[in-house]
Amino acid sequence: MNIDLSINPDLVRDLLTRFLRSEISRTGLTRAVIGISGGIDSALVAFLAAEALGAKNVLGVRMPYKSSSQDSLDHAMLVIETLGIPHKTIPITEMADGLIQKFPEMSNMRKGNIMARSRMITLYDQSEAFQGLVIGTGNKTEILLGYSTLYGDGAHAINPIGDLYKAQVRQLSRAIGVPQPIIDKPPSADLWAGQTDEQELGFTYEEADKLLYLLVDQRYTPEEAIEAGFARQFVETVIRRIRRNHFKRVMPVVAKITTRTVGYDFLYLRDWGT
Amino acid sequence: MKLTLALAQINTKLGDIDANLENHLALAHSAWKQGADLLIFPELSLTGYVLQDLAASVARLPNDQDPHLRKLLQASKDLDMIVGFVEADSRHRFYIASAYLSDGKITHLHRKVYLPTYGIFDEKRYFAAGNSFRAFDTKFGRAGILICEDFWHVSSPYTLWLDGADLFFLTSASPGRGITDEIIGSAQWVQDINRAYSGLFTSFFAHANRVGFEDGLNFFGGSTVFDPDGRLVTRAPFNEEGLTLAELDLAQLRRTRTRLPLLRDEQPELVQRELQRILGK
Repeated sequence: MNIDLSINPDLVRDLLTRFLRSEISRTGLTRAVIGISGGIDSALVAFLAAEALGAKNVLGVRMPYKSSSQDSLDHAMLVIETLGIPHKTIPITEMADGLIQKFPEMSNMRKGNIMARSRMITLYDQSEAFQGLVIGTGNKTEILLGYSTLYGDGAHAINPIGDLYKAQVRQLSRAIGVPQPIIDKPPSADLWAGQTDEQELGFTYEEADKLLYLLVDQRYTPEEAIEAGFARQFVETVIRRIRRNHFKRVMPVVAKITTRTVGYDFLYLRDWGT
Repeated sequence: MKLTLALAQINTKLGDIDANLENHLALAHSAWKQGADLLIFPELSLTGYVLQDLAASVARLPNDQDPHLRKLLQASKDLDMIVGFVEADSRHRFYIASAYLSDGKITHLHRKVYLPTYGIFDEKRYFAAGNSFRAFDTKFGRAGILICEDFWHVSSPYTLWLDGADLFFLTSASPGRGITDEIIGSAQWVQDINRAYSGLFTSFFAHANRVGFEDGLNFFGGSTVFDPDGRLVTRAPFNEEGLTLAELDLAQLRRTRTRLPLLRDEQPELVQRELQRILGK
């Protein structure tokens, strides 16, 4: 089965730069703060933001931990220099290790979450200092699979690329001029040496994108996806991931005990009044 | 007879009627100066679209006692206008409405009949549904108004057509979906059905859509006018605010319907008989 995820990059580029301008300016701000990891997602968001707001209004922040790879730092600098945006390098090692060192037996998962949340604290501090909104860099594949840290990389004000699958992020990145080495390298959260997303997930983004597209966008049933050629076990794994990680996609649950409750019957858009 | 239409492809401030009214009055003045006879604003142009719990607080009774409508009625002495707002009735039901204003009076009010409540839409949660499609007379001929989802039901323009409408004024706050083609997917669908309707009903179809964002929803603009031959008269740019004027030669109705007498040959009695049979089952 031929599943085509290709997009019209000119159309999407125009929509997403308009989105960034509109949704930042109506908060009263004109600037953006982006954590630049050296990977493709944050590179694309930086390119979109620089186009939308002007390079001088986008702060690129590199936040290495002591185990972060030099490649990541170099690729992040390549994005910063290509765009000519103001930038800061704020290592998170001391901050993260303050907690990590208290627990010698700490798992990689816990350490990774602490690093992601240390970066969140750093970005939100820069948000106030630079007077810019923190822009999210999670793509649709990651969001659906829950491949993120709650209140870590999952914390941001707005996200221009959260409705684009990984393959579509690649296509748009090529069109907008993200440097080739960043497009070509294997995706990695770089929380520990040699980590890659696909190794950790146990399947490739290419497979996941296509299955998610059928299940989510095209509303295929699991059985229909299996008939379309996906292995039953893979389909079940992905569906389980989507369900189990849904808590990362919603606001914290409030117990409803009165006649009007935030989140249930007190409903307003964030853009209320603007 | 010529009719100069102006399509007001605006952005709105969500729930801020004062700011939106000011924009309406400025555009009305500008359209009038440019020689427009009729200015069409999009769906919910005075309030914004995703109102949710704001719906009740922005609702207005449709009369000249309301300070906002009074100013618009005043402006309608210069040129006719279609404006979108939340209408409250005397018993506190709220409707998505579009009013036709002319010479200081509301000469027609359409309440949106089809309230989409699926996918990204949640209109029935907040609004009461209208229950009629009525054509009405204007200085320029007999017309009908449809609001967004109304015109996704082919019976709506069909009913107005049988009721004498030659001029169809469609208003939307249509969120964009679909990024694979030349233009936004939903923009293509809307354009396709406007083109199809104008040809099938051998009538003028003007569609005013808004622009801007409400949270992540993008309203794409691309307002259009099609003539009775199904030809595009004008299309406003996608995503850009602005006034788009189009001069309609109303004599085109006679020329097209002489060539293609679909209205003459239509058999509403047959439709009535068949509907009675189907509904009687």
